Amino acid sequence: MEILWVLLPIALGFVLCAVVAFGWAARSGQFDDLDTPALRVLLDDGPPQGGVR
Amino acid sequence: MSAAALASTAAPPSGQTAAMEKFHYDDGIVRLFVIATVFWGVVGMLAGLLAAFQLVAHQLNFDTSWLTFGRIRPVHTNAVIFAFVGNGIFAGSYYALQRLVKARLYSDKLSKIHFWGWQLIIVAAAVTFLSGITTSKEYAELEWPLDIALALIWIVYAINFFGTLKKRRERHLYVAIWFFIASIIAVALLHIVNSLAIPVSLTKSYSVFSGVQDALVQWWYGHNAVAFFLTTPYLGLMYYFIPKAVNRPVYSYRLSIVHFWSLVFLYMWAGPHHLLYTSLPNWAQTVGTAFSIMLIAPSWGGMINGLLTLRGAWDKVRTDPVLKFFVAAITFYGMATLEGPLMSLKSVNSLSHYTNWTIAHVHGGALGWNGFLTFGMLYWLVPRLWKTKLHSIKLATAHFWLGIVGIGLYVFSMWAAGIAEGLMWKAFNEEGHLVYGAWADMLPTLNPMYIVRGVGGILYLTGVIIMAVNLYKTAKTGVAEDTAAEAYPMAPAKTTGSSWHRMLEGKPLKFALLTTVAVVIGGAFEIIPSLAIESNVPSIQAVKPYTPLELEGRDIYVAEGCYNCHSQMVRPFRAETVRYGEYSKAGEFVYDHPFQFGSRRIGPDLHRIGGKYPDFWHYEHMLNPRKTSDGSIMPAYPWMYENPLDLSLTKAKLNAMRALGVPYDQAAIDGGVESAKAQAQGIAKGLSAQGLPDISNKQIVALIAYLQRLGTDIKGAH
Repeated sequence: MEILWVLLPIALGFVLCAVVAFGWAARSGQFDDLDTPALRVLLDDGPPQGGVR
Repeated sequence: MSAAALASTAAPPSGQTAAMEKFHYDDGIVRLFVIATVFWGVVGMLAGLLAAFQLVAHQLNFDTSWLTFGRIRPVHTNAVIFAFVGNGIFAGSYYALQRLVKARLYSDKLSKIHFWGWQLIIVAAAVTFLSGITTSKEYAELEWPLDIALALIWIVYAINFFGTLKKRRERHLYVAIWFFIASIIAVALLHIVNSLAIPVSLTKSYSVFSGVQDALVQWWYGHNAVAFFLTTPYLGLMYYFIPKAVNRPVYSYRLSIVHFWSLVFLYMWAGPHHLLYTSLPNWAQTVGTAFSIMLIAPSWGGMINGLLTLRGAWDKVRTDPVLKFFVAAITFYGMATLEGPLMSLKSVNSLSHYTNWTIAHVHGGALGWNGFLTFGMLYWLVPRLWKTKLHSIKLATAHFWLGIVGIGLYVFSMWAAGIAEGLMWKAFNEEGHLVYGAWADMLPTLNPMYIVRGVGGILYLTGVIIMAVNLYKTAKTGVAEDTAAEAYPMAPAKTTGSSWHRMLEGKPLKFALLTTVAVVIGGAFEIIPSLAIESNVPSIQAVKPYTPLELEGRDIYVAEGCYNCHSQMVRPFRAETVRYGEYSKAGEFVYDHPFQFGSRRIGPDLHRIGGKYPDFWHYEHMLNPRKTSDGSIMPAYPWMYENPLDLSLTKAKLNAMRALGVPYDQAAIDGGVESAKAQAQGIAKGLSAQGLPDISNKQIVALIAYLQRLGTDIKGAH
């Protein structure tokens, strides 16, 4: 089963990418505010019309 | 929405005097992908419908090579996965991404290349599959030139996506974007590794892996294709379009982030659950099962998060077809992600594997989760992309109910058929004989269920066609123009981290590319030695490479897609060893590039078919299966009796095999064509003596040689 020497590093590498990405996300403040991003999504609709919906 | 929340996002970044920037979202490319999604959806489902009814009436194979089940089924699966769902991912992710990061797509040119490149690959895929050009790896059947094209177009998508992230005006990456990023990186990795092959000609290659190892790579890919093509990108779509459609934030943004990271950490490891009770080492099977069970937690967390997003808006589901589709889609996501882990338990799998239960499972996911989420998204998107109103809510609602009833008929009939099959395969009478000794004895039980499944498919497809008309009429009343937008440039990052982090901050593009490159290089370093060293799959002395004629026959077996209906993997159960013979050993497959374990038994397993019947039987059977097996639903293969046996590539094939470690010596390679001719003469002579026409230079002789060899190497040893 030497194929595991291919699959394990790749799967581990992917997980390592994820760990590093998670570290970046956490340190760069991606998770600092977990409330407004969910609200902000709702505001990007349509051409700006100047009024409040 | 409160005015305060609006004001907070509209205010310029603190401490900065930058002016509001005006720009346009590229909606044109989204419209193109939307049209492609609908078009390929209809095509892919039509192919599925044909395949479904071919199992009811073998006449629908039309005795034509281009239209046999073995070639239609890959067209169906690939069209639905890569053409329908693929275009849906691109449409949805490009629409959502631009709005989430407040920026136009990175490059209009790359977007166009992405779109047309992808459509060209789809057309080429359909043409090659129908003409028997295939690698036989499920959902990765593309031959190597198209594999390379697919990888390049995927990289174009990646560059366009990460380029857009780079010029984003919104620092926070909304959770949907994370789902898209993971999908882009994982799919690239999976596709490249699973497609590694040595080319023999422009239309033929051999997988660099063999037997059990090839099977493990394929199902590592196959499982993760479901994970990172059919699931994570669609979760990204779910987290964007459902809040938009309900006009409410996702129930718990925190939970969505937990959902994402736990899926990313768990998904890669569950692939071996496709190979339970096969020759794969037992511990690897257990790892697959364990991770599959763990996956229930994040999947259900995500499902609950999606459903609860509708809190307080459930009344809208009654009137809004978009929400109907979304709610049903999330429910199917929950069902499929519970059913999958259950099917990964060995006790369940021993019954469900190779049966229609698997077909029910994947269609619950494909029709319910992917299909319905796509339809909901399209009904929401098209009026916005064309700046108009949906033509008919009534028609959309009719589509929903047709779809639901269609899925119901489909899934319940295939569940029933699957369990019935699993039980019939294992049924013994009081004397200890198989109750259904002849395969065709089981078909009358399945036939009504196949018909119900087909009717379910018709209803579902009818709904999709109604949608196509509805969306067309909607678009006709609208205008196709880009949407104007304005946003402040991105605020500078808070510099609290260490210096290398500061360097990476705001640069997810560089960051993701570098890590991917690192992983690919690391992977390559691992692959090279692994190809050079001796396999430690237990070797069996008696197992010898195929003769040149058998190798040619094997390639015909692959080209005709026999693996779509026949497994080559006898599991260690009494019911299987009694029916087929000795159970399969890992060491028997060491020269199988690619492996042919199969995933479905529409017909019986073929691993021990060699020597079971005389050549005469195979001659008659392939020409007219009904002649030897009353009631068979197998297609006839008359063209194999007309098409000449092509030996022009034999030497190149033997050389390629030797490069992969199959021990052919120089004499065997030089004399390959002669040896093939001699073996063909021998078989043909025997058949001529029984009054059959001379087939020594026809394709069928090679196929008979291959079938008669299958599983015979260890017969003397037992």
